[in-house]
Order: sequence, then structure tokens, then C-alpha cells
Amino acid sequence: MQIIESQKIYDVIIVGSGAGGGMATKVLADAGLKVAVMEAGPFFDPANPEQRTQLKWPYESPRRGAGTQRDFGEFDAAYGGWNIEGEPYNNIGDTKFDWFRSRMLGGRTNHWGRISLRFGPNDFKAKDRDGLGDNWPIGYEDVKPYYDKVDKLIGVFGSNEKRYNDPDGFFLPAPKPRLHELYYIKGAKKSNVDVIPSRLSILTKRINNDRGVCFFCGQCNRSCSVYADFSSGSCLIFPAQKNGGQVDLFVNSMVSEVTIDEHGKANGVKYINKEDRQQYTLKSKIVVLAASACSSARILLNSKSEKHPNGLGNSSGLIGKYLHDSTGTDRAIFVPELMNRKRYNEDGVGGLHVYSPWWLDNKKLDFPRGYHIEVWGGLGMPGYGTGFNPNDLNKHLGLTVGGYGNGLREDVKKFYGSVLGMSGRGESIARKENYCEIDPTTVDEFGIPVLRFNYSWSDFERKQAKHMHQTFEEIGHNMGGIVLGDAPGKDKDYGLLNPGRIIHEVGTTRMGSDPKTSVVNEFERLHDVDNVFVVDAGPFVSQADKNPTWTILALAWRTSDFIIEELKKQNL
Amino acid sequence: MDRRESLKSMILGSMAVGLTLESCVTETAPEVIEDKIWKYTYGRTPKEAAFDEDLLLDQFFEDQELQIIKTLANLILPPNEQGTIEQAGVVEFIEFMAKDVPEFQVKIRGGLMWMNGYCNTHYQATFVNCTEVQQKELLDKMAFPDMEAEEQVQEVQFFSLMRNLVLTGYFTSEVGIKELDYKGNMPNVWDGVPQDVLEAHGMSYDAEWLAKCLDPDTIGDMAQWDNEGNLIS
Repeated sequence: MQIIESQKIYDVIIVGSGAGGGMATKVLADAGLKVAVMEAGPFFDPANPEQRTQLKWPYESPRRGAGTQRDFGEFDAAYGGWNIEGEPYNNIGDTKFDWFRSRMLGGRTNHWGRISLRFGPNDFKAKDRDGLGDNWPIGYEDVKPYYDKVDKLIGVFGSNEKRYNDPDGFFLPAPKPRLHELYYIKGAKKSNVDVIPSRLSILTKRINNDRGVCFFCGQCNRSCSVYADFSSGSCLIFPAQKNGGQVDLFVNSMVSEVTIDEHGKANGVKYINKEDRQQYTLKSKIVVLAASACSSARILLNSKSEKHPNGLGNSSGLIGKYLHDSTGTDRAIFVPELMNRKRYNEDGVGGLHVYSPWWLDNKKLDFPRGYHIEVWGGLGMPGYGTGFNPNDLNKHLGLTVGGYGNGLREDVKKFYGSVLGMSGRGESIARKENYCEIDPTTVDEFGIPVLRFNYSWSDFERKQAKHMHQTFEEIGHNMGGIVLGDAPGKDKDYGLLNPGRIIHEVGTTRMGSDPKTSVVNEFERLHDVDNVFVVDAGPFVSQADKNPTWTILALAWRTSDFIIEELKKQNL
Repeated sequence: MDRRESLKSMILGSMAVGLTLESCVTETAPEVIEDKIWKYTYGRTPKEAAFDEDLLLDQFFEDQELQIIKTLANLILPPNEQGTIEQAGVVEFIEFMAKDVPEFQVKIRGGLMWMNGYCNTHYQATFVNCTEVQQKELLDKMAFPDMEAEEQVQEVQFFSLMRNLVLTGYFTSEVGIKELDYKGNMPNVWDGVPQDVLEAHGMSYDAEWLAKCLDPDTIGDMAQWDNEGNLIS
């Protein structure tokens, strides 16, 4: 099989089209650079009627929305999931790392929760506070101007609350709380847990004439057909093209490695076209990796050469190390007062209208880092699973469970909208012992060596999860609810979900000033190779109790500005 | 053009650009495709569409098994003026799910046989040929879990699975959603919980909180901020 070479030389090849890749595309193409975007999945446009799932009813599908084909239900806009046919990964020992990949233009931004939280000043310097992990080489003041720009370019609703570690921004107005969220606020207030409007990248007001405004169907996970939510394709890549940018999209193109010249500098990528299954090379002056923390680590580790025997940029041996995900555990609450609710359209935006940012001081607790609480519930659209165990809640009311006949219709209607849930999402400590690496025993269907994972939680995370359940129980009782199920005990790691499950995996190409202890510098540039940058969550030194996307976007913009400046100075 | 017609034209329109479900299986009669496949119009990747097409054209349950499922479904949720098992397409849904979730196959097929075996022994007739009184006598043995037991016996587990599938099939159908009185899945402007609902639950919106919330009248206006991040439009 011959490798097919392209003669064209791009200024930049961007590998991946999610948040980081989309932002790099927008900024670099707007600056007039010739850009190639490599995406391992197909083209996707949520406005395309053939790909659209928004506003579909469950009965428009034979499986009524069940998650047998797509993990989050078949109307969810992620093409991929925890397991992708032909693209395996492995776990070492008793590791249970779950890796979610989305193969499509825009990647996981098409279905994510749009929770768009800035990291705060403490989050960049956590080691200063508890001595654990490492500080970032940059601080909030370095990133703030970019957070501001991201707020304005992409749009995020929320509220300025003057909370030191949950910084204010340029917010669109927030949607009013739903009824179950008012119950949550009631319970949280009694428990002295702060609650503020959520911060989601959904347009509750117009920000430009290219994107529509939210029409409140509550289906952001299906990717919005009027572009009212942030999805990387519709909000960054299409606008970059529309703006006259020189953007060539290579879809169904799976990058296997970064290629280098005789001096050890990157000069392009090697990729497999999934349609003809041929290998190609593409040339560029600069390579920007944005394939997701683990995928970018995999590409670098697979880019071995005489000059870079351990993989590209891996002289420190740290690529893949310090992998960490947010912690997570959930609990459901039955609120009898919410039985037999009056019906009205309560869809709202896709996701929570209120949340609790971390409200305590870890110095007074037995675990070092915080968590936030997300709330879910309401009169949502029925889907596969609606009506399951129709009257199990009767046991809390002293009534019969089970049976058959038309009483079941009344049971389902009675309990509809009476259960709400809380999800804790917290910060874990990045540790060298948690890592991904190339598994020499396995290749994917494109012949590319795959990753294997080694990951365990520590007592820091277990104690935090235990605290989450105590909080859920207290808030649940204080809102007049019945907490469902028992608190998971020590044998179940207090309910901690498997690492990877929160889909905030970060840290595999971590940032630092010392090339011995980090992979990229403060501008996300490989210490070893000055024309390769990583703009996904790989460079995160620590994943705060915030969702990573807003920080990925801000850093990708900052790095792109740096690339433009370096090019102007002819340093690249 | 009614909705069904417009959906059809959307699909026909899509043929012009070369992506069509028909490409997956070429031997199938057009009316079968029309009936079984084209009514499903939600965004699928070509691979997913091909998979679904295979499932839709395949049949797992035998006709007599489908007959038992239909009878059982109508006992679990008897028809009334709100809607019926048939209107909700529950039997077709269960047939599809048995192919989509292979673990269901033995459980359901075995459970149906077990019911027939029970009926043959006790009533000298198959389940569908029993009287409704006899059928319900059997259901009474299957429909109520033992709340003290750690694990339910097979027939209770089987019945629970069927009840789940029947109810979810019903309440995700057009008639079921109407009966549940779900009001959403359409463009609107969220302006908070209706006042009468707030009052019924003893709730109210905090004025300070409301000041941070969107005003439906200005949602279409272009957002502008001052330098401090205060929205000024």
C-alpha cells in the first residue's frame, strides 16, 4: 500500500474539530492562514434535515429513543460512544476507565451539557492551598481576557455573582428556575448550600445575525438546528468558512501520527481516509492537536522516530501521565408534593437552570477539593424508559406495587415529574500513576496502535463522593423529598462513577515551565518541538470542579493568538 | 401538505443528494420500505440506518407469539377512550426491541411459553384461548413482586419486563404522550412556572433572582454589555 502525498502545504493542520480545534480554526482562519481541519468522523450540520434529531418525537423511531445505538439515547447528537466498533481500547489490571469518543464534525460539542464555567483564581494555583498536585504556570489573570472574548463570541447565559472563585463574565440573561428547581433551591437554602443561575452556552438573546435564539425545546444534546447552542461546527467552523477563511475540511480522516522533517520538526500528518482505507500524508508548517486529551496523547506517542524515540514531544516521558477526570455521583429524590402536577411546557433550555457552585472551605473538610451540584427533573419529553416500574414509588406511600390494568395509566400520570435528581461533579487530584499509554498488543481497524488505561481513585475522591451523598440527602430531606435508594457505601467507593464517565478527561500533555516535568509550555507548545501545539484538555494541569470546555476554548484562542504573533515575528 | 406528507417529501428531497435508506437493501419491495422504514425519519448515520433497516425487515417473534403479546398487552393496559395498545404500536415496538436488545429474546420467548405451559396445565388451553377470568388469575400470580424477596421469581421478572415495555411503548406513542399531557417539544419562550402552579406549591420567585432572568420581549434584541459585564440591552 502506497502512501498518497499531497503537494499542497498548509500553514496549519488542526487535528480534531471539537471545542479546541474549532476555536483554533476560527482564530487562525480569520487571521488569513491556510488551514486544514482533520476530523475522524463524518461532516455534521444540525440544520441538515437528514442529520437532525431535534424536535423529533419518540414514536418517530422504532426504538422510541432507547440508547441501544447511541449511549445517551438515539436522538443524542454524538456519533460514537463509550465503545466504537473497530476502535477498541484496553484497561490494565482492575482499571475501569471508560472513554467516550464522538466521531463527527464538532465532536462532543454537539451533545454536551453546555455547562460553561470559568476556572477561578484558586483553580490555577490549587497546590498553593493544599500542597497537592501542581500549580498551573499561568493564572486566572492570563486567561481572563480570553474568557471574556469567548463569552462574547459564543454566548453564555448566567449571572454576575461576585464570587471570587466563580468569576463573573459577560452573560446573557438566565432562564427562570423550573418548579423542581424551586424545590431544590428551597432544600439547598435550608442546608446552607449556595444556589445561583446556571451558566450554559445557549443563546437567550441574539449575539449576531448568523445564529438563532433559543426556542426552549430543552434538547441541546441533539445539537441545535438554529445554532442557538454552542456546537463547534455550527458556531466556529462554519462561521470561519463563511468569513472567507481558507479552511479545507478533511472528514472521515483518522490521523495516525505527526510527521517530522530531518531536523525533528513537524511537517504535517499521516492519516487514513476511512472511505477508501488508504494512507495519506498532508503537509503543513504548524500542527495543532485538538483530538481530545487521550487521542492527542495517542497520536504523539505513536509518532516515534529516531529523533523522538519515545514519541513526539515525550522527552519527559510524561505524555499520557496525569490523566484525570472529574469525579461524579448522582442521587434521585422523590417529592410527594410534585405528584399529580399541573401540566405546562417546562422544557426550558437543554439542561439545568440553577446549580450550586462549590460553597465550602476544604480546610475544614477531610477531602482537599470541591464539587458543584447539577439538578435535573421536570415534565420532560417522554422517552424509552418512561413508564418503567410505573408504581414502585407507591411503596413510599403505603400503596401496592405492581399489578396491571388501567390503574397503571393513573400511576404513570401521577408520578410524572415528581422525581428530581442531583449530580455532584468534583475535582480529583492529578496523579502520575493514572495514565494512558500505547498498548503494544492491539491495533484498531486502521492498523493504529490503541491506548490502554491505568487509573484508580484515591481516598481524596472517595471522601468527596461520600460528602456528596450526605449533601444530597440533607437537601432532599429539606425540600420535603424522599431520598431514593441507600447511600452507596465504602464497598462501592461511595458511588463514585468509573473514571472517564464524566467525560472531562484531561491532563495527558500537561502544561508547565519545566520541560522535565511537563509536556507543553504555557502557550500549549510542545517543549520538544516548537511547531506543534495541543489545544484540547491535554494541557490541563488540574481539572477544577468546573466543566473544562470554556477553559479549552479560552486557552485555544490564547494559543492561536500566540501562533499568529510568532508567525508575524517569523519565529515559526 | 399534512405532516406525514411533508415528512415524505423531505425524504424524497433527500434522495436527490444521493443518501437514501433504500440503498441499504435493494431487494425489498417499495411498499414494504414505505410501510416499515420510511415512516422513521430521524437523523441516522448510514450505518445506523442500515442496521435499523435489517431489524425492521427481520421478524423475531412467530405470529402466535405476537398474538400472546397482544393479548397480554391488552390486559396490562386495557383499551379506553384515551388510547389503545394498537394505536400506540406497542406490539410492533416490542417485536423491534427484542431484536434491538438480544437479551430480551429468551426472557420474553421463554416467559410466553411458561404462560402457555401454566395455562395448559391448569386450564387445558393456551393463554390466548383461556377466558379473561383465567388469564387474570394467572396475571395475579405474576404481577405483584414480593417486596421482601431479594430476587423475584422468573414469572414476576418476566411480567415486570413486559409491563415496562408495554407502558413505555404506550407512553412514548402519539396517543400516550397526549394522555400523559406532555406539552413541550415545540418552539416557545420559557417565562417561568405559571403563577397558579407557583401558588399551589407555595412557591414564589425571588425578586433579586428574577432581575437576572430573561425578558421574553427582548429576547430577539442584540446583546450588549458595558465594560463590567452588565447587560445593557
